[in-house]
Amino acid sequence: MLTQFANAFLGRLSWHALPQDAITRGGASAIVLGGLGIVALITLTHRWKWLWKEWLTSQDPKRIGVMYIVVSVVMLLRGLGDVALMRAQQATSVGNSHGILDASHFQQIFSAHGTIMIFFVAMGFLFGLINLVLPLQLGARDVAFPFLNSTSFWLFFAGMGLINLSLVIGDFSAAGWLAYPPLSELKFSPTTGVDYWIWSLEISGVGSLLSGINFLVTILKMRAPGMTLRKMPMFAWSVMGSMTLVAFAFPILTVTLTLLALDRTIGTHFFTAGGGGNAMMYVNLIWAWGHPEVYILILPAFGIFSEVVPTFSRKPLFGYTSMVWAIWAIVLLSFTVWLHHFFTMGAGADVNAFFGIMTAVIAVPTGVKIFNWLFTMYRGRIKFATPMLWFMGFTVMFTIGGVAGVLLSVPAIDYQVHNSLFLVAHFHMMIISGVLFGYFAGLTYWFPKIFGFRLHEGLGKIAFWCWAIGFMLAFTPLYILGLMGATRRLDHYDASLGWQQLFIVAGIGVIFVLLGVAAQVLQLVISIWQRDQRRDLTGDPWGGRTLEWSVPSPAPSYNFTTLPVVTARDQFWADKHAGKTVEPRYEDILVPKNTGAGLWIGAFAFLVGFGMIWHMYWLALLGLVGIMVTIIVRASDDEPEYILKAKEVEKMDNALRRRKQYV
Amino acid sequence: MSEVTSLDMPRLEAEATEKTVLGFWAYLMTDCVLFASLFAVYAVLHGNTFGGPNGHELFKLPYVLVETMALLTSSFTCGLAMIAAQKRDKSQVLFWLGVTFLLGLTFLGLELSEFHHMVLDGNSWRRSGFLSSYFTLVGTHGLHITFGLIWMAVTSVFISKRGLTEGTLKRLTLLSLFWHFLDIVWIFIFTIVYLFGSLSI
Repeated sequence: MLTQFANAFLGRLSWHALPQDAITRGGASAIVLGGLGIVALITLTHRWKWLWKEWLTSQDPKRIGVMYIVVSVVMLLRGLGDVALMRAQQATSVGNSHGILDASHFQQIFSAHGTIMIFFVAMGFLFGLINLVLPLQLGARDVAFPFLNSTSFWLFFAGMGLINLSLVIGDFSAAGWLAYPPLSELKFSPTTGVDYWIWSLEISGVGSLLSGINFLVTILKMRAPGMTLRKMPMFAWSVMGSMTLVAFAFPILTVTLTLLALDRTIGTHFFTAGGGGNAMMYVNLIWAWGHPEVYILILPAFGIFSEVVPTFSRKPLFGYTSMVWAIWAIVLLSFTVWLHHFFTMGAGADVNAFFGIMTAVIAVPTGVKIFNWLFTMYRGRIKFATPMLWFMGFTVMFTIGGVAGVLLSVPAIDYQVHNSLFLVAHFHMMIISGVLFGYFAGLTYWFPKIFGFRLHEGLGKIAFWCWAIGFMLAFTPLYILGLMGATRRLDHYDASLGWQQLFIVAGIGVIFVLLGVAAQVLQLVISIWQRDQRRDLTGDPWGGRTLEWSVPSPAPSYNFTTLPVVTARDQFWADKHAGKTVEPRYEDILVPKNTGAGLWIGAFAFLVGFGMIWHMYWLALLGLVGIMVTIIVRASDDEPEYILKAKEVEKMDNALRRRKQYV
Repeated sequence: MSEVTSLDMPRLEAEATEKTVLGFWAYLMTDCVLFASLFAVYAVLHGNTFGGPNGHELFKLPYVLVETMALLTSSFTCGLAMIAAQKRDKSQVLFWLGVTFLLGLTFLGLELSEFHHMVLDGNSWRRSGFLSSYFTLVGTHGLHITFGLIWMAVTSVFISKRGLTEGTLKRLTLLSLFWHFLDIVWIFIFTIVYLFGSLSI
């Protein structure tokens, strides 16, 4: 009787779910202690009220953007920790030595690394930057649906919470970052690992989908008067392309994850080996989301480069129209190449040929963009500021990685290097140099606009060089190893293969990358320390071209006192050079009130996930009801906004402008 | 001295409604992709009966036709509620919403009873890949209907308490879009799952 009750109440949860081996215990204690440390720090400094009022319940996209980026950076550190472990394992686990990790633990680590880096670093960073910049660039005061925006963030946060909880309670998936069945089915992965993977992605994925809709409507409906689509900054165009992909691709992910969850919990036969299931359907479905996902991440990075390069070359962007066409060509083509992830499935020569050709074709619009940036630099007065360094590093490495990609697009070659380290080197070269370098450039570039002071340039440059060198050292050996036959997800190999030196070189590369990260952390600390000397008093620290530079730094919560009127592509640049200054006119502004409803929805979603993972169905139901009640309560709020009086706006604006004269 | 402009609230509200409706359309399109994926899964798995029954043996077309009629009629009455809303006739709106709700509930009851019988006969989602995809596709639609009904009930309470304000009208518009969308999805389910399933093999 008692056990029955306990089973219904606790599901699969028991004391055995706590970590059993030393490394996991270390990681788990780091998470628990880190969390407790943060809580203690906030309590001791009496910051809870401040945190709640200014951040957690904030509807200001800039605040939400900062929270996204903070989470992503913390997750980046965790993902890099996984990297260090994997590289250490592969450098030492040869012949009789078995390295520091056992096989199953190694599998969990590479699964966690991929999942965290894509979903909780890249996606979070992406939505963070969009939140910071998009409304400002469009000349808007907010996103289309502020409350939905905060809900998206908290769903992302809930997913992040679940994936990190897996380190403390239970285990994580050992089935790779995309959890192919039948390995990910209940029969072969009976523990909670895959369930953690499913639910953390399911929840954060819904958040991403809602963000996609939100930003699309923001772009379509909230541009400043006069800003036709063809006068829109390139970053906004790239976000539009990316969010269109989100809207089309993320529902497929939701379906795929749900079907796998159904297989695992109620015994359906979608992807099972028997019972009429079809495991290859999973691979098709997940890549029908997964390939567009790559472009979801990289298009906004392209957008960032399209802002950075003209600014630091003091020239308008070369080939604006062709840039826009390239974005939309990529959007369209990205849905026609997913099969290149599994040429070896055996779909037949004709199918493989089609997808191989499409894959080669998608390199064309990407090449157009690279050349456009280079032509933008041509005869420009180039300033080698940190964002520009990230761009130039990107150009070289992305091109190398891209050429390797075109090589892989030939099915006959792909058969040779499928699932090898050659592929691993290729996609890291695309995603790190394309996505991560792009986001780093964007963060350095827009940092003063959000925080009001610039980051330390010298340390930024050191960070760049450490990353660039470390990155080449870490991945060039992997190309060679891949061609020599080393497969991905390898936790041990024979000494006679002669691979160890190359793995050691790759490990040294990671040390350089970690030095780069250390430089970035130091850069942040020192820049905060010296913030008074680094203040951006002009609002335009780089000689920018677009509207975000027309407002003071840090940008006020309402963004613009008067909505700008747009007549040119680089409106701010044109105004600056025409000597045009706008006399501030103050008006009443409708501002969304703070609300904790988004946070509660995230918290309840977390309970749904946790309940489903541990088969505590009452908890999942409770979470679901909680979500619905929160939505209904929120919907019955008649006045979700308040009016910021013109007088108030004037006072805030004057304070910002006065500060300029004081310092 | 700055000039103080007071806000043009009706215009702002109209703009907000316009944004919300566009956003909701975008959401419906993503939902459309979701159903499209489930249809694709059904298309791949519908032959994988794994020795179990196929659609021809399972589906009773007259029964499903009654179900379909209930849902199609509910879409019609939902439209009548919208017309009444445009005439600002609160009691009419509530009446037609009530009828829509009952028809939707009937549909859901019929569907659940169909599922129940199938499971009792040993033909649950565990039986085969075909039945897994059948239950999931049709069940996802049923789940949408369930949420639609909850939404309808809440909206009715709002309307009866607050009358037909800009806010409640906006919600009613979205609800009716959602309801018609589910109707269209059902037409596809009826055709692809039930009609084709009963005709062939």
